[in-house]
Order: sequence, then structure tokens, then C-alpha cells
Amino acid sequence: MAQILVGDSEPVERTGHALKDVFLQDVYGIPGGEKIKECIQCGTCSASCPTSYAMDYPPREIIAAFRAGLLEKVLMSNTIWLCSSCYSCTVRCPSGIKLTDIMYELKRLAIEFGLTPKKAKAPVLAELFVDIVNKNGRIAEVPLVSKFMLKTNPLGAFKMIPRATRLFIRGRMPLSSHKIEGIAEFEKCAGAMTETMVSSLHAGSVKQETS
Amino acid sequence: MNRAYDKSTQLVCKALDIDLAELNDWNCCGASAYMSIHEMKAHLLSARNLALAEKEKKDLVVVCPACLTTLTKTNRYLAEEPRLKKSIGASLKAANLQYFGSVKVRHLLEVIVNDVGEEEVKARIKTKLSNLKVAPYYGCQLTRPFGVIDDKEFPSILDRLLAWIGVEPVNFPLKAKCCGGLLMMTNEDVALGLTRNILDCAKQNGAECIITICPLCHMNIETYQGDVNKMFGTDFKIPTLYFTQLMGLAFGFSRKELGIDEEMVPSRPLFEKRLEVVG
Repeated sequence: MAQILVGDSEPVERTGHALKDVFLQDVYGIPGGEKIKECIQCGTCSASCPTSYAMDYPPREIIAAFRAGLLEKVLMSNTIWLCSSCYSCTVRCPSGIKLTDIMYELKRLAIEFGLTPKKAKAPVLAELFVDIVNKNGRIAEVPLVSKFMLKTNPLGAFKMIPRATRLFIRGRMPLSSHKIEGIAEFEKCAGAMTETMVSSLHAGSVKQETS
Repeated sequence: MNRAYDKSTQLVCKALDIDLAELNDWNCCGASAYMSIHEMKAHLLSARNLALAEKEKKDLVVVCPACLTTLTKTNRYLAEEPRLKKSIGASLKAANLQYFGSVKVRHLLEVIVNDVGEEEVKARIKTKLSNLKVAPYYGCQLTRPFGVIDDKEFPSILDRLLAWIGVEPVNFPLKAKCCGGLLMMTNEDVALGLTRNILDCAKQNGAECIITICPLCHMNIETYQGDVNKMFGTDFKIPTLYFTQLMGLAFGFSRKELGIDEEMVPSRPLFEKRLEVVG
């Protein structure tokens, strides 16, 4: 697990660049990412966000903290994992910042560098989702939910049984999964990617994306 | 879990003479989960679907807003970002695929309202659903972030369609507010709170039933309605149907054919006295 910025010590990425600089350049690299420089801290995003009430640091503060290089605040808080991708912030931001897309980038960086709060369940779900899609080309709900429950809340899994039974009785439990014909081809395509959107400061680059 | 949506969609499209052909060997769009881990590979998932659709020379129609947003985003970024276009182009080539950017990604709701139109929809009505008050629930990703189909925050396209099939869409201020989406899996308390707000708003505005256009919204509002009640001590019993199921009822199809029997919140008491055969 990569070290994060605490006080005076600056963690250094594999390429020798400060982690906060890598993150900053990577965010600039996403479509429209550079607009983050134009945040005027008006707070419209925080006010529009349906889950900001539950966040350690609401969207506005996350942008401020991120620009200030305070990675610990940004990544170890629950904030990015509480984003539901409702896009309210994105459509209202007076500076035209694609905040939801930035949240996605922060999620990707957090996972890649192992900087997620221990109790966050969303990264677990996302990774299981990706595994299933990589294997089958489509999602399979029952394996996804059951694996997720066993990993994050095995006792809670028992509580789900009544609901699962009710759904099963109504024929709403698809027990078979479908593997697309083009899945091997898809992996070939992924391997043929020539470049990614991440910055040149980022050691991971193409290799990271195609794994 | 969306068998009912699939069944009702097929029936309604057939009734409206919409030639719906399943995209051969389509793959998952990745939604929000895949994009949270891989950016380029997520775009590649969409790009593959777009390339396959372009080969068929047809519009790509979806019934899920997450698919709509994910596919539209890739479609747009491919046109706007040269680095993405170059990389995706090289990737697709490995499977002998190419994408020239011509595919239009659409939601079935918009196809019905814009391509089929009022006259044709009304002409298929066989059953009147008298005085039924419905809350048209749009959710987030039908109109956000791109606002192609309708107004980003106060859409009305579903309200119009519902009026065409003879029901009464109520005023519904939270019609395009978030139900929590996938947070119901990962942060249940938060999502239950958001879903509760929507149910509350619908009830307060006199809705007898909620109509959705998104499978995830449907799951939160319908399948988790009991959990909302448990958590907040509320007593919601609001039947929640897909728009295609309600249209199907208006077109004279049976509850079984439309998968309405698979519901968790019973709608039979609601519809029993309301269905009047007219056509």
C-alpha cells in the first residue's frame, strides 16, 4: 500500500514524482479535467449533491483539498465512494467542471494506489463487477451480489435470504449467466490499446489499464 | 431481475411496430462500476457495442439510463478527444472492428414519443385506466449530464406519454432526483433515505403508483420499499411499474404477459377496478 501524504513527508510514486503531482496531472488528463483549475469554491456542487450530508468532506471541500495536495483528506474520506453519479453537480457547476468524471478518476486512482478507507464497500463491489464482466462480457447479478455480501457482510447475507427467496419465487432470480462469444476478442482489444489518458508522471500507464 | 422489463418492452414494441432487434453478442456497458476501476477499458466496452451497432446500420436503443449515459459519453468523447479516438481505434482493430462515429444512442421512451408519436400510441389503446394518478419517476441519468432527451432537471417527456395512454401524471418535484442507485448495495442507509424522499413526495402529491424507466431505480423503489418502511417506520404501499408495463396494460396485454405478477408491492388491488376495456 502506497504511503500517503502526512504532514511534512512527501510520498513518492514509482517514477520519483510526488504522489500529489501524479494525481493532479492524471485528473487534468481526463476529458475536461483541466477545468478543475477554475473552481471558484461557490459550493453549488455541495448544495446539489444528494449524499453530501453523509460525506466526511462534501464535493466543494474535496476539490479544495485536492488542489491543495491534501491527498489523505481526499482519499481516506468516505466522500468519493458516496458519489452516486447523479450528475447534479456537473450540470450545475458554473465553471463547467465535470465533477462526476473527476470523482470517477479519484476512484480509479484510489484503487490503483490502494488508498481506500478500510470500511468502504463500493470499491469491493466495483472490483467484483469488473471481474465478472471481464470473464463473461456481461454482468451476472446473483454471483455479483452473493460474492459481494460474503466479502463485505457475511452476517448480513443471512438477512438477505428472505428477500432472495421472495424474488426467487416470483421468478426474478436469474440463475444462469451468459458468456459472450467475443470475450476473448475483447481481451485482445484491451491488449492492443496504444495509450491511456493518464499523465506521463504515472508509472502505471498502459500496463495498468490492460490488466 | 429485469425479465418483466424485457417482456413488456418486447410486447409494447411489437404492438407499436417498432422493429427491435437484439444487438448480436452485445456486451455489458460497464455502467458506473467499471468506470470506477478502468477508464479506457470502460470506453472500450461502449466502443465495441457502438461498432457492432454501426455494422447493423441501426440506432442503438436502450431501456436503461446507465447504458444510455455510458454509451453516449463514449460516443461523444470519441468525437471530442483525439487521444481516446486513436487508442480505441487501435484497440478495435485487433478484433477487426472499426467505429466511424455514426451511431445514435437512444432510450426507448424517447423513440416512442418522438418516432412513433401520439396518434399511433393512442390508436393502440384497448384498455382505459380511469383516473389513475401516477408519479413519473425519471431518475438521474436519463437527462443528465447531456440533456439530449429532455430538460436536465425538470423533464416532461414521460408525463406526456402517460397522458397519451390515459392516466394522470401528478406534479412530482422529486421526479429527477437520485434514488441512490448502486449505493443501495454499498451504503444502504443513505440510499434508503433518498428512496424514502421519493416515495414520500409521490405519496404527498397523490400518486397511486410510480412509473420508472430505469431497472436500478425500479429495484430501489419497488424491491426495497419494505426496507424503507422498516427503517423509517413508514407505511408505503405504492405499486411501481416500468413504463412499458403500464403501456402494455393500456394496450390490452395481461398482467402475466407483462410480468406484473412478479412484483413485490401488489398492484392488483389498484388496477382491479380501474381497467375498462374500450378498444
